[in-house]
Amino acid sequence: MAVNMPDNPLLPDRFFRWFASHGWQPHAHQLALLEKARAARSSLLIAPTGGGKTLAGFLPSLIELSETPASHPKLSSAARTLRRSRGLHTLYLSPLKALAADIRRNLERPIGEMDLPIKVEMRTGDTPLSARTRQRQHPPDILLTTPEQLALLLASPDAPFLFRDLKRVVLDELHSLVISKRGDLLSLDLARLKALAPQVQFVGLSATVANPEELCDFLVPGGARADLVFAREGAEPDVSVLDFGAEMPWAGHSSRYALAEIYKLIERQKMTLVFVNTRSQAEMVFRELWNINDKNLAIALHHGSLDATRRRKVEAAMGAGKLRAVVCTSSLDLGIDWGDVDLVIHVGAPKGISRLQQRIGRANHRIDEPSRGILVPSNRFEVLECRAAVEALARRTQDTPPLRTGSLDVLSQHIFGMACGGGFDADELYKEVTSAAPYRKLSRKDFDDAIDFIATGGYALRVYERFARIRKGADNIWRLTHPRFARQYRMNVGTIVEAAMLRVRLIRGSSKAQETRGGVARRGRMLGQVEEYFAENLAPGDTFIFGGEILKFEGISENEVLVSRTKSAEPKIPAYDGGKFPLSTFLAEGVRKLIAEPEHWRVLPAAVRDWLELQALHSELPQPGNLLVETFWRGGRNYLVCYPFEGRLAHQTLGMLLTRRLERAKLRPLGFVATEYSLAVWCLGDVDGAIAAGVLSLDELFSEDILGDDLEAWLAETALMKRSFRNCALISGLVERRFPGMEKTGRQVTISTDLLYDVLRKHEPDHLLMRAARADAATGLLDIRRLGQMLARVKGRIAHRSLDRVSPLAVPVMLEIGRETVYGEGADALLSEAAEDLIREATSDAEPERPAKPTGTRTRLRRRAVPR
Amino acid sequence: MLYWPDERTLIVSDLHFEKASFFASRGVMLPPYDTAATLDALARLIVLYEPSRVIALGDSFHDSAGGARLSPENRAFLLSLQAGREWIWITGNHDPERIEQIGGEFCENFSRGDVVFRHQPGDGAFEIVGHFHPAARVSVRGRSLRRRCFASSDRKLVLPAFGSLTGGFNIRDVVFSTFMGGDFFAHMLATEQVFSFSAANCLPD
Repeated sequence: MAVNMPDNPLLPDRFFRWFASHGWQPHAHQLALLEKARAARSSLLIAPTGGGKTLAGFLPSLIELSETPASHPKLSSAARTLRRSRGLHTLYLSPLKALAADIRRNLERPIGEMDLPIKVEMRTGDTPLSARTRQRQHPPDILLTTPEQLALLLASPDAPFLFRDLKRVVLDELHSLVISKRGDLLSLDLARLKALAPQVQFVGLSATVANPEELCDFLVPGGARADLVFAREGAEPDVSVLDFGAEMPWAGHSSRYALAEIYKLIERQKMTLVFVNTRSQAEMVFRELWNINDKNLAIALHHGSLDATRRRKVEAAMGAGKLRAVVCTSSLDLGIDWGDVDLVIHVGAPKGISRLQQRIGRANHRIDEPSRGILVPSNRFEVLECRAAVEALARRTQDTPPLRTGSLDVLSQHIFGMACGGGFDADELYKEVTSAAPYRKLSRKDFDDAIDFIATGGYALRVYERFARIRKGADNIWRLTHPRFARQYRMNVGTIVEAAMLRVRLIRGSSKAQETRGGVARRGRMLGQVEEYFAENLAPGDTFIFGGEILKFEGISENEVLVSRTKSAEPKIPAYDGGKFPLSTFLAEGVRKLIAEPEHWRVLPAAVRDWLELQALHSELPQPGNLLVETFWRGGRNYLVCYPFEGRLAHQTLGMLLTRRLERAKLRPLGFVATEYSLAVWCLGDVDGAIAAGVLSLDELFSEDILGDDLEAWLAETALMKRSFRNCALISGLVERRFPGMEKTGRQVTISTDLLYDVLRKHEPDHLLMRAARADAATGLLDIRRLGQMLARVKGRIAHRSLDRVSPLAVPVMLEIGRETVYGEGADALLSEAAEDLIREATSDAEPERPAKPTGTRTRLRRRAVPR
Repeated sequence: MLYWPDERTLIVSDLHFEKASFFASRGVMLPPYDTAATLDALARLIVLYEPSRVIALGDSFHDSAGGARLSPENRAFLLSLQAGREWIWITGNHDPERIEQIGGEFCENFSRGDVVFRHQPGDGAFEIVGHFHPAARVSVRGRSLRRRCFASSDRKLVLPAFGSLTGGFNIRDVVFSTFMGGDFFAHMLATEQVFSFSAANCLPD
């Protein structure tokens, strides 16, 4: 790096001296970005956490803004005049408001210390109206904002004035933005910016991803890819898996067994981050750590359901170095630098390698020192997953998902926005929209359908023409028919549809929930939020854990969940979901491979090794190319257990479909349960016998056509499909998120999207929103795409084992049975009783109690009497 | 719906015809199939019971202008359903005025013997009313189920909303206790059956 020459042409004196005054040297990637900026190229910087990424993104703009035409006369004659424009020079987009605020503080330092004449402002949902108006009329040099706020700005008639002179767009944490519908909206907004300001350069900042070329493609609308710049990789992270020998649990996600060890680790560090996968897990771990916190270490809790002020407090305490540990979820995944973290403990399965790597990167923000991470698996399968993840990390593999196909509900929202911003010509807008990478393959028909949807709802029954929200004028421009629709758009902008959330308010306990209704005496402290569907399943008096304490549910009043403190020691309702990630395809492959290759088992704890060896002995090991299906009788039911390793969502879908087929085969299925790795279906009928007699063919049972009619029939009923539809209905603006002035009348007035779904499915199954919901379901809640790929892969390669008892590998999924439906006291005792039975049965060398067989031999296709 | 065999009278409540088009006129483009769907359901009942009288307990139209928005097909269908039988439109808070060209008779309340039919409860000895869209929630094995329901006491019977785009209002709300008078019951609508619960055993939302 020959960059320490004062006359480096890329770095003006003033900047060089500033770097030197702090004893720094510009990183190579910072200079590389400067060079790209001088060449008017867009660029994507891939850098690990702590690599001076943000400064790299802003340096070109700071330099350009510090240079006046007078001091560099030779530049003012060029086509790319570097001048202080009165318009906006640089737009910075971050996925989080808090991140934008953090960046603003970071920018103040160079600007203040070098005394640069640069005005930086933020624009978020909290920015006062007066400031927003001023920003539109007298824009700052640098505006820091979020994608939703950008959409709003672009939907205003001021947009052409505001963005005409825009020089650069800096997109932070791009990897996290592109994976959701937010990314779809962002891509459309970038296309709009490019149309308003053809000169604009895009600078993306991203963590390491599997396919950086895709991000380059995303970054610049219109096919001119951004240039890739890689920062030097940080030191190899030091990651290990906690080994607990024989104590390793068979199932469950609580990691309770490891808490004492986790506590010891926290004790030895100055600052530890404890990442978990779900909010309920965060609550449990936090509470249990405090139960054993003899030394009174400052351990805090941070997750997305907690009240924002509580989270800010935790963040501030972290920054000030006042905490010893924070138990957190993905709420601390993104870029903000919260003080010096020495160790990251990851409790539970990592689910994905890239996310794990980013989390571990939180430990030690200094690029040259290795970050330390310790993985704590909560059951035996998770040991395998953790092991596979450690190996993938060592090979620096990535498993970020491929780029999305833009969704139609987001497109509709964008079209509505463009009509609000002064109107659009359909041909031009189509060209613009298809310049955005996720929408490159959008058909003109889908685009026109989206226009039609915004205008009149897009129904075959064309009865709403007179109510049209947008109409094409004689000049071919589509415009709003009434200015009030602009307000409707503004109220509903954005793609983040949280499951409807209810605020949790602490009140004084009452014996009767009735007393708390009716608006009297219910002012109390706000604790945070829970998902509406969780609250709806609570009965008054139920206890659950939230914010680290056990609370009693008193009732729901309007949009608040009323709770009181309780003395009970165990929550009655075990958990509420929140932030579940599916197992990544790549990690699933790693687990499959690890199981199939006994020569690699030496890295595994003895208990897990024994478990796999027993599986090989009693049944067989699933192979990467096949699908192992085991059948056995237990307690009067014939179980079918298979091991697709495709994640819980895909398995649930498969479970629903298999049950339908088994029903038709008259095998009387009773239920199923899915884990990340396997699926168990149980029947009253004799599945074993049907297979042996050739009446039931497993090849046919698992054939791809299961995704045809059976899927369609099931989709018609499933609540998951309705949830997909609800999201599309809200994003597209079919129904409003809230009705102006109607908030007070509460939840009863909101139109049930379930009813709308039923109506559309019956009358217009091919409506734009039904298509959007189906596309979502395919990749989201139902994971149909992944299921389809799996079925294609194992076609004709199904390995069946008819066993006389549960196999070792089947124990974890068998233990999940009943876990979701059994509530109340005693459920745990029942479970552990059942658990011990199963484990004894699977591992014992003794003869099973039922018909004898030679131990350890393979018992293919044995008929059994049906125990009734 | 309710059927009174002795009187050969079919009673429905809160049809909310043209609710979707009402929202559409405000820029919320709900699917325009609600009126047809509600009419179809009503027609099936009429074919099944062949009533000599139909009473709609008010809020038959989502708004007073709703009658004018009826499509010609739906209007013709609605009129054909009235052929050969008495048809009583009780006015409601959504449709307080007489609506033209939809047939039938209009009134604020209607009585047969001791029974009074009206939209909202009054102080009669026994009234059959609508208006509230009652729904009940019960907890079964840790899962909660919410369904439309009838609510009944020895003085009042509240019918569930019949309209295809209508929501439900929990019977545990304090409003119900103000007029039901003492203990009352929820009769929840399942796919093929009605299940009765004491209201006290149902859950609030």
